[in-house]
Amino acid sequence: MLKTIGAQSIDELFSSIPQELRLNRELELPGPLSEHELRKHVKDIVKDNFDASWNLCFLGAGVYDHIIPSAIKHLVFRQEFYTAYTPYQAEMSQGILQAMFEFQTMITELTGMDAANASLYDGASAVYEAVLLACRHNERKEVLVARSVNPEYRKVLTSVFKYSDIEIKEIDYIMPDKGAKSGTVDMDMLKELISDKTAAVVVQSPNFFGIVEDIKAVSEKAKEVDALLIAVCDPISLGVFESPGKLGADIAVGEAQPLGNPMNFGGPLLGYFAVKKPYIRRMPGRIVGETTDHDGRRGFVLTLQAREQHIRREKATSNICTNQALCALTATIYLSIMGRKGLLDVATQCINKSNYAYQSLLKTGNVAKVFDAPFFREFVVKPAVHPEKLNEELLHDSIIGGYDLSKEYPELEGCWLVAVTEKRSKDEIDFLVNKVDSIIKGGI
Amino acid sequence: MRDERLIFEKSVEGRTGYSLPPNDVPQVDINALFGEEILRKTELNIPEVSEVDVIRHYTNLSRRNFGVDSGFYPLGSCTMKYNPKINEDIAALDGFAQMHPLQNPISSQGCLEVLYRMDKYLAEILGMERVTLQPAAGAQGEMTGLMIIKAYHMSRNDHKRVKIIVPDSSHGTNPASAAVVGFDVVQIPSDERGLVDINALEAILDDTVAGLMLTNPNTLGLFEEDILKISKMVHACGGLLYYDGANMNAIMGYARPGDMGFDIAHVNLHKTFSTPHGGGGPGAGPIGVSKDLVPFLPVPVVEKKDGYYNLDYDRPLSIGKIKSFYGNFSVIVRAFCYILSMGPQGLKDASGIAVLNANYIRKKLEDLYEIPYNRTCMHEFVLSAVRQAEKGVTALDLAKNLIDKGYHPPTIYFPLIVKEAMMIEPTETESPETLDSFIEAMRELATKAAEEPESLKHAPKTAYVSRLDEVKAARNPILKWSK
Repeated sequence: MLKTIGAQSIDELFSSIPQELRLNRELELPGPLSEHELRKHVKDIVKDNFDASWNLCFLGAGVYDHIIPSAIKHLVFRQEFYTAYTPYQAEMSQGILQAMFEFQTMITELTGMDAANASLYDGASAVYEAVLLACRHNERKEVLVARSVNPEYRKVLTSVFKYSDIEIKEIDYIMPDKGAKSGTVDMDMLKELISDKTAAVVVQSPNFFGIVEDIKAVSEKAKEVDALLIAVCDPISLGVFESPGKLGADIAVGEAQPLGNPMNFGGPLLGYFAVKKPYIRRMPGRIVGETTDHDGRRGFVLTLQAREQHIRREKATSNICTNQALCALTATIYLSIMGRKGLLDVATQCINKSNYAYQSLLKTGNVAKVFDAPFFREFVVKPAVHPEKLNEELLHDSIIGGYDLSKEYPELEGCWLVAVTEKRSKDEIDFLVNKVDSIIKGGI
Repeated sequence: MRDERLIFEKSVEGRTGYSLPPNDVPQVDINALFGEEILRKTELNIPEVSEVDVIRHYTNLSRRNFGVDSGFYPLGSCTMKYNPKINEDIAALDGFAQMHPLQNPISSQGCLEVLYRMDKYLAEILGMERVTLQPAAGAQGEMTGLMIIKAYHMSRNDHKRVKIIVPDSSHGTNPASAAVVGFDVVQIPSDERGLVDINALEAILDDTVAGLMLTNPNTLGLFEEDILKISKMVHACGGLLYYDGANMNAIMGYARPGDMGFDIAHVNLHKTFSTPHGGGGPGAGPIGVSKDLVPFLPVPVVEKKDGYYNLDYDRPLSIGKIKSFYGNFSVIVRAFCYILSMGPQGLKDASGIAVLNANYIRKKLEDLYEIPYNRTCMHEFVLSAVRQAEKGVTALDLAKNLIDKGYHPPTIYFPLIVKEAMMIEPTETESPETLDSFIEAMRELATKAAEEPESLKHAPKTAYVSRLDEVKAARNPILKWSK
């Protein structure tokens, strides 16, 4: 090969790199390891992880431990899917393109929207892209975000828009002990802050506390000033709750990890993005559309690419290039296996089991109620021992405890956000309740 | 049998394929709890199918797709190298896949160790001080890097720097990312060598320049030989240099962006570090930064103290968070495995062979195809189908004909500065035999284009569908299935 090229050595092919830039030493890296050595090495690392296969996970806060059907990995790990790239050559990528078209359809069904894209990086990026869309659409610069929206998403919003002219204002939630609606968006504050400068209102339901928000009421408020309503919704919950589209949302976004994707220490996740008709051509990311081939047969292509950066460059609607195709495929297969009935079953079990855990914890007398509004899959309580301490103790019994809310909500010092999915059995919930009770009684 | 139906069109009312444990706790009266108006009344068209229906449906779909495991995939700028299987097995271990990101660090020391060590490894490969693994993809890495550039200038009360310079050969994400972060984008031309036009650069450098974004080797597969001069010029006017690491596969172990004077560099783990592209994601786009920029990195940063790994959020100058949690962790695990499997010499050899393979194809095609900047290239090169286009055979036609020959076509019509561009990146994981057959296929097409151009206008013929009407799809968008 070198002879063909007319070079003496491979090194000679690098002669365009100036001498003074050449690295004249070996990289300081370990390896090489054979497969066997690598497996052994990594197993040694993994043993320091307390994973959810041998620990009971009651932690949620945006990433959830749901049951994942076995069939998923057998399909997602077909090499034709996972070793392919973005379907630039549509004719040899009909598999992933059709699957993305099915994904888009399922997302619109769940959200009650007119169109969805083929996914974004995660819920956080979906939220900031939604805000960007809204601000560009109505040429306004102020965005109201409920404080009950996932703090990770709000942090990302803050950093992404830090140097832009978009201003983020937060709306409080109704504080504990302030009646039946405590834990939901403070509508009075919303009314106070909303104006004809408001580009969009961002509300999450179920919100970060697991509480179901009144999307319709918030959307009506937004409509009064022609602001867009961005609803952040959990896709599993939409099996039982009315779609945000029906309730007046203009854009629905969120985290679709719960649809069959493992927790993976927080990544990859799966952002979804769906809009009502007027905003379709402003959507970020990849979009798959139906068309026909030369012989009139149905086929699928990446479409509306005139929005995208490889054509529009600095005028593109977004800089996002890749989606999370494999995670979206996972979600599509998950929803196909669960079906309408299975999804409803999962959602209902989440409600039943989280409520059972909630009531059982309260019954111990050592765990106090915090909010009054009804919740989905996740709830806030205040144990007599600080969550941080409690979680440390629970780990000794192979329980991954809930989320310590004081980290992000100083006013909720000592409050604990507990997630209970369909994966938890009654025995497991009882085990948690007993352990919490005995730790508290032990007086740590 | 050809089955064109969507999964929705296979739905049969009442059919199920799922398996869930029974509900063993008291039933909640959902109507009473939430109130009826909040519960779903709109019909939900999620398919009702059995497990075997699902398995067959998606197995059939997979057969209409083409991956690196199916065959040669010389998609320029995307580095479609082989994805070692051991990495998949390791990423799927319960000890990684079933970890919650918000667990107490006491219970996630293994995950944090991987993040910490990857930070160090990538910093060494890039010649940078520290690395954040948070960005989910190259484009998000660019956005993060540009935010750091902004934060750096702001921290020095230097508010006039509003411009980001990009060459006209750059990836489209470069200007798009700069625009998202609120910079004005200034494009500079390439010179007759296909490299940054130094005079043009000189002319626009002033104290309004925040930085320059550059791919090196650039999208023509050529090393920017004047890089040291360029970085001195940009630094002299107070700007920073951003390295788009999409082409890092060309130089691992040979040269490092940090040594070239770059202040920030991203790498695409799904390109250079062999993690699968997943049909379009998930990828990962970590960025490394020089010492002065470390304080601006996104939070958290993984630190190690007395043998214990922790997440450091207490970083007052940090740009904040740009993605949930710590990045695409399971992708990072795969890249970690790749680096350990290859070792330092292995990584260098990978780049060496990638460059050898690209030059070999270039040399074997230079008589039949126009190669605008025909000299020793790095890991990829760009040919121009202008000669063929004169006969009516475009780069698109050639691409579609390659499909019929069993290859994934190269990237076409990019970079924008080459007419009828075909960007060919073979990667190091291909054998000489594979390269020879591809060369043979390309030569056959060139001959046919010269002799019987009309015969190349109707490909693909062997794919699941024939050529698709993209104009129709965009004009009247059908983006979902309706009953």
